[in-house]
Amino acid sequence: MAANGIRDRVAIIGMGCTRFGEHWDKGIDDLIVEAATAAFADAGVTKEDVDAYWFGTAQSAMSGIALARPLGLEGKPVSRVENYCATGSDALRQAVYAVASGAYDMAMAIGAEKVKDGGYQGLNAFPVPGDGTARTVTAAAMFSMVAPAYAGKYGVPPADLKTALARVASKNHYNGARNPRAQFRKEYSVEKLRAMPAVAGGLSVFDCAGVADGAAAAIVVRAEDAHRYTGKPLLVKALSLVTGNGGGLGDPGYDYTTFPEAAAAAAGAYKEAGITAPRAELAMAEVHDCFTPTEIVLTEDFGLAERGTAWKEVLAGTFDLGGEVPVNPDGGLKAFGHPVGASGLRMMFEAWLQLRGEAPPERRISTYGKRSLALTHTLGGYPGEMVSLVSIVGTDQ
Amino acid sequence: MRGITGWGTHLPYHRLDRSAISGVAGSGGGTGTRTVAGHDEDTTTMGAEAARAALRGHDGLHGPNDRPRSLWFATTEPAYADRTNATVLHAVLRLDRAVPAYDAVGSVRSALGALRAAGQSPGTSLVVTSDTRTGLPGGPDEAAGGDAAAALLIGAGDHVLAEIVAWESVTDDFVDRWRTPGAPASRLWEERFGEARYTELGAEALKLALGAAQIAAEAVDHLVVAGLHDRAAAAVQRASGVPAAKITDRLASTIGNPGAAQPALLLVAALESAIPGQHVVLLALADGADAVVLRTTEALASYRPHRTVAEQVANSGPVNYGRYLHWRGMLPVEPPRRPEPARVSSPAAHRNAGWKYGLLAGTTGTPGTTGASDPSNAAPVHLPPTPQDDTRTPAADVLGTIVTFTVDRLSYSLSPPVVFAVVDFDFDGGGRLPVELTDVDPGEVAIGGRVEMTFRRLATSDGIHNYFWKARPLRKSSREK
Repeated sequence: MAANGIRDRVAIIGMGCTRFGEHWDKGIDDLIVEAATAAFADAGVTKEDVDAYWFGTAQSAMSGIALARPLGLEGKPVSRVENYCATGSDALRQAVYAVASGAYDMAMAIGAEKVKDGGYQGLNAFPVPGDGTARTVTAAAMFSMVAPAYAGKYGVPPADLKTALARVASKNHYNGARNPRAQFRKEYSVEKLRAMPAVAGGLSVFDCAGVADGAAAAIVVRAEDAHRYTGKPLLVKALSLVTGNGGGLGDPGYDYTTFPEAAAAAAGAYKEAGITAPRAELAMAEVHDCFTPTEIVLTEDFGLAERGTAWKEVLAGTFDLGGEVPVNPDGGLKAFGHPVGASGLRMMFEAWLQLRGEAPPERRISTYGKRSLALTHTLGGYPGEMVSLVSIVGTDQ
Repeated sequence: MRGITGWGTHLPYHRLDRSAISGVAGSGGGTGTRTVAGHDEDTTTMGAEAARAALRGHDGLHGPNDRPRSLWFATTEPAYADRTNATVLHAVLRLDRAVPAYDAVGSVRSALGALRAAGQSPGTSLVVTSDTRTGLPGGPDEAAGGDAAAALLIGAGDHVLAEIVAWESVTDDFVDRWRTPGAPASRLWEERFGEARYTELGAEALKLALGAAQIAAEAVDHLVVAGLHDRAAAAVQRASGVPAAKITDRLASTIGNPGAAQPALLLVAALESAIPGQHVVLLALADGADAVVLRTTEALASYRPHRTVAEQVANSGPVNYGRYLHWRGMLPVEPPRRPEPARVSSPAAHRNAGWKYGLLAGTTGTPGTTGASDPSNAAPVHLPPTPQDDTRTPAADVLGTIVTFTVDRLSYSLSPPVVFAVVDFDFDGGGRLPVELTDVDPGEVAIGGRVEMTFRRLATSDGIHNYFWKARPLRKSSREK
């Protein structure tokens, strides 16, 4: 049984996204209300019009009540969704499928995370009681092992790879600097980024995603109803989730130069969406750049570069705003920040802006007007043990 | 006749140079080095390592039918009070549930009591002695102390390497050193008092034992004198009548005095230099004196310990005094700004004891180790076992190779940075574990490096110790490289 997909059966009709950052003065309720209110206004609907809600948060709240309370929902079904860093994307996936099933006419997916109330730098997984044998190294350390493995497999001089990794961060900071909602709005040169001290393997803090608070929301309806709300709906082409079983961690054949769950999710998404040449067809991609080596590997897993060549494409500017396939035009996790439950919907928000011509001119992708498809991708977990969700949306039927 | 049928020892990798002490503490120190347990070691983990070494030599010679029928664990520094520490070793060694495991803890002398009980027990007994010795900064115990573990197998039959010919004990209650539970260090009475008492008690016990064994002091081939009172030990040696050349070095210049582990450790050092047909005498000065006369057998000639004391003395890396003080809780340093590890769930740890303590991997069917007849047919080996696996296979003694690694300066550790590696085990059909490395300088780690597994304490949360395994580099002196 293959995934049949629901290509062009559901459309996004409105979105909202807060600024991501250290919101010391805002709680998760404030962020939820801000994103939801913006989405309602964007679609021209009210909270009563929405039949059902999916609320994604990794560890800032429990249960759907955490959404129903701040929005004052009355008698609505609300599910809380958690799937590591794919939480926001999965909330959207469930809302879309619910509408596609015919169970509801209109649904909202909203993701929110209040990370900066925790008191520690970085992300910290909620501890599930266990036998004490689980790994305790950071995600940065796990992903740091990708860079030397990649350099070794493809014979890339480590200094050149380091430059390419800095170039990924520099690109995403360049894009973030042009995005008023991004956490970090400052450009960094490759030279400056290369000189940062390592904290995990060869990675510096500037190779890591920004840690931010934030929320983002999308409202979806059946595609045939979309014109009632907007002249420019975003059609859902594919939603492809692959959940790994952790086998990669113990598999002697796994070499840390690819993320099989991500590659499989992309293959499934391309099939659902009818994409055969992603590099030529996609107008943009928002990929899960939790760490700079991750973005390099993902562009290969998604067919945007041949195996072993993404580092060269990065240096050549292929994935820049003005490049052949812009990647992370909004700044990515790197510069936009990563409130876990919101990130998948934040990526979709950038596709919403870019494909519909609403991104500001200084951040507009080179492919605007020429291509109509966008890919968004979130992953949660580690190399060898991850969930990966690839979504494809487009403006054309 | 019963006697020693095997042994294993564990010296921590780290050495403190005593000359580094006085510059910080203002006094104390001296020359030479002492062993220092790693931040992830305690008496239980060191004891487990020594016991594993003892059984590796023993099982190889005698097979699984001569596994220990009782387990004793002695230390002055138990990781837990109230609950038994020997049961952790029992789980690590995967001993049968019907094998009793007992602690004998609190004093140096408890080690002699455990050995004596084992000498009188049916079947083979495993006695594990292990100690960490601390003392206050600049004090005599800090410089003189050492950390180590030594395990002896006591049994009967053709396997006996050294028969116990005589055992005499004298007991005397006097307070020359004392430590109330919870206190960081012992306190000492004027040294001359203890010296006088022990000189008399040692001579008395030695005379009784040599008499019982019907040998003269001149006929002793190896005299081992142990005890926390070094001056007394030296005095007893001088007065013993045993020629100076036949007195076993107490290893003070390299290891230090590892308290409850010292008697067995020095006895092992003597046995590792002994030949068949010799008399080895252990005299332990602790709240009285125990004198044990052993006679080595022909079997000793073919016995190969897993790793000798001398090999481990030669295999070490330095730890600076500041880090030593931090590891011992004497120097609080800025904690990592990460959440502390959650406490271990006791039911989960108990359910998964085979993995957590025994490092049992999972597979379907029967795995082989590299070099087996047909590696291509081997089933994949899973670390940890998956719910689909129907077979368990021991992985603790299987070596591995570093596939890739990283140095994590962000994650919580008592001694950052964390060095973490992906390790492929030498199983046919694979077997891979991403695991923390220990006893390692980040600069020496390399892809392709060989590692062995070692039982460690990962952390302590809410007073519950989280024991599990790490990997450590296989050093040059290891014979199995």
